[in-house]
Amino acid sequence: MANKLIDLQHITKSYGGNVVLDDLCLYIRENEFLTLLGPSGCGKTTTLRIIGGFETPDSGQVIFENRDISALPPNKREVNTVFQKYALFPHMTIAENIAFGLKIRKKPASYIKDKIKYALKLVNLDGFEDRMPDSLSGGQQQRIAIARAIVNEPKVLLLDEPLGALDLKLRQDMQYELISLKNELGITFIYVTHDQEEALTMSDTIVVMNQGYIQQIGSPVDIYNEPENAFVADFIGDSNILPGIMIRDELVEILGAKFDCVDKGFGENNPVDVVIRPEDIDLLGEGEGIIDGVVTDTIFKGVHYEMCVMSRGFEFIVHSTDYYPVDSKVGISVHPFDIQIMNKPESEDEKAVEINE
Amino acid sequence: MNERRNSFLAAPYLIWSIGFIIIPLIYILYFAFTDASGTFTVGNVSAIISYVNIRALMLSILFSIASTFICLLLAYPLCLILTTVTSSSSAFLSLIFILPMWMNSLLRTFAWQNILERKGVINGILLFLNLPPLYIINKPPAILLGMVYDFLPFMVLPIYNSVSRIDKDLINAGRDLGADYFQILKGIIWPLSLPGVISGITMVFVPSLTTFVISDILGGGKILLIGNVIEQLFTQDSDWNAGAGLSAILMIFIVFSMIITAKYDREDIS
Repeated sequence: MANKLIDLQHITKSYGGNVVLDDLCLYIRENEFLTLLGPSGCGKTTTLRIIGGFETPDSGQVIFENRDISALPPNKREVNTVFQKYALFPHMTIAENIAFGLKIRKKPASYIKDKIKYALKLVNLDGFEDRMPDSLSGGQQQRIAIARAIVNEPKVLLLDEPLGALDLKLRQDMQYELISLKNELGITFIYVTHDQEEALTMSDTIVVMNQGYIQQIGSPVDIYNEPENAFVADFIGDSNILPGIMIRDELVEILGAKFDCVDKGFGENNPVDVVIRPEDIDLLGEGEGIIDGVVTDTIFKGVHYEMCVMSRGFEFIVHSTDYYPVDSKVGISVHPFDIQIMNKPESEDEKAVEINE
Repeated sequence: MNERRNSFLAAPYLIWSIGFIIIPLIYILYFAFTDASGTFTVGNVSAIISYVNIRALMLSILFSIASTFICLLLAYPLCLILTTVTSSSSAFLSLIFILPMWMNSLLRTFAWQNILERKGVINGILLFLNLPPLYIINKPPAILLGMVYDFLPFMVLPIYNSVSRIDKDLINAGRDLGADYFQILKGIIWPLSLPGVISGITMVFVPSLTTFVISDILGGGKILLIGNVIEQLFTQDSDWNAGAGLSAILMIFIVFSMIITAKYDREDIS
């Protein structure tokens, strides 16, 4: 991937004493599909609005192509936004909506006409020129909002939870359409969502945020397989997060049993957090695994069974295509590379103790 | 069952509208087209063609258009400001502009008479500052001022309602697509606020057209509007038939103006 297109430097933003973003640093490369992922209130939308120009950071700079655009109003920025609730102009036809930005830029009428046609084709809504927005379904309105943004040929498209209001099937279809749209346009997408599945499906890079801080930046595979802390592990998919003790490199004690793993550099006899994904747990016959447990709950999920297995006082969530009825005794085994070790988050109390010593 | 309950609930309104709207209207039309002895005539209605009456009607229309226009000019920017400031200060500001409505309109008009009089408040201040006095009382500007002051809240309320209902994301989308403030005002805010503007225009234009109190008090009885002519026919001449005839004509003008604004409204929205 090429150069840094957008560089957010030490961005801080608070609303009435409530800090939403604290010293956020993040860069976005050219032609990247970057997703800001986190629960509501994590600052992801504020970050997007700062890039779009709708919010001004209290401190820090927004660098766009090596130019500080922090003070530039939205209408002067080379980015366009797809709003969560579409924000189509209700008094204009679809064609007028799409033409809005082009007319402001005083493009010739024939150019505008071609662009409208091209954009509608791109979002699979040919012939919708003369319809009014309120006669369209939510999914169609969303496509028009995308068409209206991309006809202006922005270098960056900002998408604020654009699929949030659509139903599941449509949302999945739109994910594929957005990926192919991005490939067709060859521009940068910055996407905001709280839906981890959307983020994993579409992104080149995922930025996991919580309470105004970036928790982890990485590819979907990195984020899923190697979460850096318990928050990321918990937020991305189901997971079993257990306390453990790193006995030495490549050996961890969980629930009193020793598990081989592949992580190094966590010290010796150090308390750590351990993440095991539900689909990475292998259920075997009693006594054949590393520890034994009892199935307490089984739900059929379609592709797999979701089972709860109680073992040594911890309830594991297990996804498996094999069926084990409730009350069956099973052995639990995990491949070494499916065990993810994380440092315990440092709490404020621990820091305070250190300072006192 | 449900339908019966609905019609039961509607009964008071039905009685009200028959007793206080439809029957009086029929009476006005009856008086308008009969003479004192009760025989049919068009004389009361055609009386509008006299010089005095036509002049009063034209003057009324001119005053109404002027006061409506001035109210719109004052109210629209105010509403734009009201919607951009924080909600607490917007509530305070709108209260200030609505506050005069809490006072009796007669009282307000008399207050303006006091302020504008030859030896009134304004001229007292001007005299104190050694400036030439301002004589607008009993002249058209005083009546116009009275109308604007009295009817401005009726313009502010509907426009404020429609402007404040515009989704902020639409404004943001406009900015996002490159529009500056005036392009957003022209292309998004104004067309979306038109329903409010139309009802504001109607709510100022109609009372301006029919008022007789403002022209009476601030015009010193020298400027006759159609409202004053009708009032005099009823109170001084006790000629109900002639008064009803001119009232009927005035109603036609009001209905006509409402049709025009409604039509304009529909054209602009679609």
